[in-house]
Amino acid sequence: MKRWLIWLPFLLFAGILWLVASEMLSPEERVVRSRLIDKPVPTFALDGIVPGKPGVSSTDFGSGEPRLLNVFASWCVPCIAEAPQLMALKRAGVRIDAIAIRDRPDAVRRFLARNGDPYATIGDDRTSRVQLSLGSSGVPETFLIDGRGRIVRQHIGDIRADEVADLVAAVRAAR
Amino acid sequence: MTRWLPILAPMLIATASPPAAHWANTQLPDARQEAQAKALMETLRCLVCQGQSIADSDADMAADMRALVRERIAGGERPDQIRAWLVERYGDYVSYDPSFSALTAPLWLAPILLLVLGIVVARLSFRRKRR
Repeated sequence: MKRWLIWLPFLLFAGILWLVASEMLSPEERVVRSRLIDKPVPTFALDGIVPGKPGVSSTDFGSGEPRLLNVFASWCVPCIAEAPQLMALKRAGVRIDAIAIRDRPDAVRRFLARNGDPYATIGDDRTSRVQLSLGSSGVPETFLIDGRGRIVRQHIGDIRADEVADLVAAVRAAR
Repeated sequence: MTRWLPILAPMLIATASPPAAHWANTQLPDARQEAQAKALMETLRCLVCQGQSIADSDADMAADMRALVRERIAGGERPDQIRAWLVERYGDYVSYDPSFSALTAPLWLAPILLLVLGIVVARLSFRRKRR
């Protein structure tokens, strides 16, 4: 009995070492996911940021048509990388609404002129209020909202070219 | 141009973004409310810097979260309501003051358990010495 017990502290030490080492070798995902997946879009209403394009409001969603809600900013470098993929999604018939975070009308207009304009609407979220209410923690992020106005999926970071087909399929499935 | 992009990009980012929300870096006129807001801000995690509270962080998003906290406190909301609103969206991760649940129970109970264990071990070993 006693002979066996003498190994206990060593086993405990080895166990803790294993735990720490395994966590270090495979670090936890560093992104913060929204907890609003499978929940209705929170209530909000944003004015448009560029002339001639309407703003976004939560009442726009849930009309039977699934949509993407793209959280972007003209000052966001990965958003430029994402632009061609959003254009491809638009060409595939996906409706994309957008929220511009901490942005200015002239800067957004220049961003759209340079990178293309895939957006049906763009809301002006100057103080990140709507971004926070969506549980989004950065730009770019894209929410897929189904025909009943529920958030189905959150894509964190820029959409890559090889993710477009999957996203189109997901939008079609979210009817 | 492409050679200078890594150097220019942070400058472009810094100049392009509009000024922070009014209540991000301005104290509330009511000292009691400001104290409440400050205490809450110190226990909310900055989501983009991770490891700093929103009270400590210079990140734009932390500024917007501070403005949100101050506006809601000024609007008469209780700090725990605001915390709950954020936890509902970002999970317990956003709070530095974890609530007691099945998942966080070890966090709260382990120190007590270890203390009790220490007392037991100490008593046993002292008793042995006395003999």
